[in-house]
Amino acid sequence: MAKTLDKVDVVTVGVGWTGGIIAAECAKQGMKVRGLERGKERGTKNYAMIHDEYRYAIRYELMQDLSRETITFRNNLKMRPLPMRQMGSFLLGENLGGAGTHWNGMTYRFLPYDFQIKTETEKKYGKNKLSSDYLLQDWGITYDELEPYFDKFEKTIGLSGEDTNPFWGKRTSDFPTPPMKKTPLLKKFEKATKDLGYHPYMVPSANLSEPYENPDGSKINACQYCGFCERFGCEYGAKSSPEVTVVPAALKTGNYDITFHANVVEVLKKGNKVTGVRYIDTQTGEEFIQPADVVVLTSYIMNNAKLLMVSDIGEQYDPNTGKGTLGKNYCYQIEPGATGFFDDQMNVFMGAGALGMTIDDFNGDSFDHSNEGFIHGASISFTQSGTRPILSNPVPSDVPVWGAEFKKASIENYTRSLSVFGQGASMPHKNNYLALDSNYKDRYGVPLLQMTYNFTEQDRNLHKFITDKTVKIMKEMGAKKTEGGNPLTDYDIVPYQSTHNTGGTTMGADPNTSVVNNYLQHWDMENLFVVGAGNFNHNSGYNPTATVGALAYRTAEGIQKYREKGGMLA
Amino acid sequence: MDNPKKGTSRRDFLKTSGIAAGALVGGGVLGGLVGYNAKGGNGKSGGEQTKDPANKHEMQTRGLMFFQNPEEFNVLSQATERIFPEDDLGPGAIGLGVPYFIDNQLAGNYGSNAKEYMQGPFFNGEATQGYQSRLTRAEIFRQGIALMDEEANKRFKKNFTDLEGGQMDEILTDFQKNQIDMKGVSSEFFFKLLRQATLEGAYADPIYNGNANMEGWKMKGFPGHQMAYINVIEDEKFQVIEPKSISSMQH
Repeated sequence: MAKTLDKVDVVTVGVGWTGGIIAAECAKQGMKVRGLERGKERGTKNYAMIHDEYRYAIRYELMQDLSRETITFRNNLKMRPLPMRQMGSFLLGENLGGAGTHWNGMTYRFLPYDFQIKTETEKKYGKNKLSSDYLLQDWGITYDELEPYFDKFEKTIGLSGEDTNPFWGKRTSDFPTPPMKKTPLLKKFEKATKDLGYHPYMVPSANLSEPYENPDGSKINACQYCGFCERFGCEYGAKSSPEVTVVPAALKTGNYDITFHANVVEVLKKGNKVTGVRYIDTQTGEEFIQPADVVVLTSYIMNNAKLLMVSDIGEQYDPNTGKGTLGKNYCYQIEPGATGFFDDQMNVFMGAGALGMTIDDFNGDSFDHSNEGFIHGASISFTQSGTRPILSNPVPSDVPVWGAEFKKASIENYTRSLSVFGQGASMPHKNNYLALDSNYKDRYGVPLLQMTYNFTEQDRNLHKFITDKTVKIMKEMGAKKTEGGNPLTDYDIVPYQSTHNTGGTTMGADPNTSVVNNYLQHWDMENLFVVGAGNFNHNSGYNPTATVGALAYRTAEGIQKYREKGGMLA
Repeated sequence: MDNPKKGTSRRDFLKTSGIAAGALVGGGVLGGLVGYNAKGGNGKSGGEQTKDPANKHEMQTRGLMFFQNPEEFNVLSQATERIFPEDDLGPGAIGLGVPYFIDNQLAGNYGSNAKEYMQGPFFNGEATQGYQSRLTRAEIFRQGIALMDEEANKRFKKNFTDLEGGQMDEILTDFQKNQIDMKGVSSEFFFKLLRQATLEGAYADPIYNGNANMEGWKMKGFPGHQMAYINVIEDEKFQVIEPKSISSMQH
């Protein structure tokens, strides 16, 4: 028998970037907000012994315990879906801060083109540039409309950068802090790309170039370039994360609290409204009902979609009929790149998560696609994020992967190789989607989320095009030997690729093609908001966090509007 | 944040939000690290003790936590040494203590798949679906090691540990190429685990009982745990820095 708790104004499911932003904004307005977090409390005090590659990067100390919950996966409708039994392709977050604790801090705003991709593509290349199997759609919001929210997120995190990129959208204010240090390795990339006629700029970084106090009064320190960023937490409080920014800002108001070890299993509803959520205390097994005027799903894209599915809210997408919206437009990212081998040793073990430079000459619609078999593109970057010895054993492809020759070559090349990589955009395809699995369950008896995903023709063409560019850049950087990545085949969930999973709870202007409106308010339940990278209709050629942050600020404004006047906001 | 029910004052928050920037120095001083007498040879089990002169009270002993039969451990040791052999650059897997690292890991969360999803039903999936065995890593290692010895006896009428290097490589290569029948898992999958665990043992912080004396890091030019590189990162020159273990923080 579930115990019913006292009602709150707003409940968020998950406390990472989105849950933290919404908590801070709503609590500052005087709303009583409660965050339900399935994991533990944690913060900078827990990251003192973080320089430990094995514990954090290999054994995934900060990440989701898959023994409790995972997803099932298949490449296509014919394959039997099976559980992702260990982490690989992407790294799911858990505990306070979520994936915002162990991100790298590369923080790009999506391009104006992204938000109107369908309109822009048709205008320039006609209606049949991509076949109708690709479910391209506009986002129901423009870059200019989102700009103030981007601005707000960047000021919260103190983003370090420079506005020198000719390809991205207009900014109303400059970066809060200057860019990070331009190291000799970055200069190598800068010179090579400039000589090729491209436009390199410093990666907008949430590892700050100098100490910063944000508008909420939270202090973020200056990055020390220790080389332990992605997959790690920051012992200096110098990587902007929910724990050092929005969560303390929310707590400071006295209107916010967090319940840890609270695993939400259902969103409760009555008519066209939700009434709260049901959760299990993972320490005692007890069930609780948390009533709320407004429910906000602020977990990772997988659980946001799963909770809507198990609560039977909205219509599940069916690839055979094309009907339904929930679970559609699941996208990922394409990772073309090249490795170069050099003669001289370099300080590859130093760095910071977002220490790097990027070119957008082949991203978005910066170049003409008339003769290409794909749309969009990739940002191409070189980053010096600190390579570590277990995961970095670069050897040319003709060297065996074990034995005497491997040992020599991997030691030789550890400090003598660099990589240039693209983050390739991912377009939605009718056969790539999320649903509920019918065979496997999590520890609480709830079905696992099921992912059906494979790379497409568009992906393969884009991958080849960008790989060639990265090879060219690497050669220009002076590598004595350059190897481009292998051509794209089937998506494989084993090797790490990227934790940039998107879609499934898309946003838009039309309830027939999206799950939420442009305030991230659910089309069928006016007091339910769903926010995160799940709202993306496709994935761009950048890291997603800036756009996720902007959408969270937009959601917070939507919640305030809704409390004032009720009803549908868009 | 220690009491989630109570709001945290700003002063409390700042107190826990790390060290004031600017109060840091880069570069490395040798902390008192417990090192091992790296021994070549066949890594016989049993205690290896070292005293660290800087910390006389400090004493560590390496021993077996998982394997019960020293023979199994010796097969593992020889296999890891073939994967990561001693050469003119420095010690191989045995000299680095890798077999102890693997033994210790198999006795813990790694060996029992504590953080992996292990609920059935189990099916052989496609390669793109990854780990689909009902066996834990500990069970896979135990079976794989027994099979290595079995193959050695079948092919060469000798135990694995008595083979020439080339003969060991032949057997390992067959595991790698999925030529060996294993129950509930493919031999290729076992080989991948073995190779990966060997590299982990060679390069993980010495607190995990491999990477003895940080020799793995020294060979590679990796300085381990350094507080900061802010003072040297703009330097054109390659920085040779004395490595430090995470354990140096405790002294």
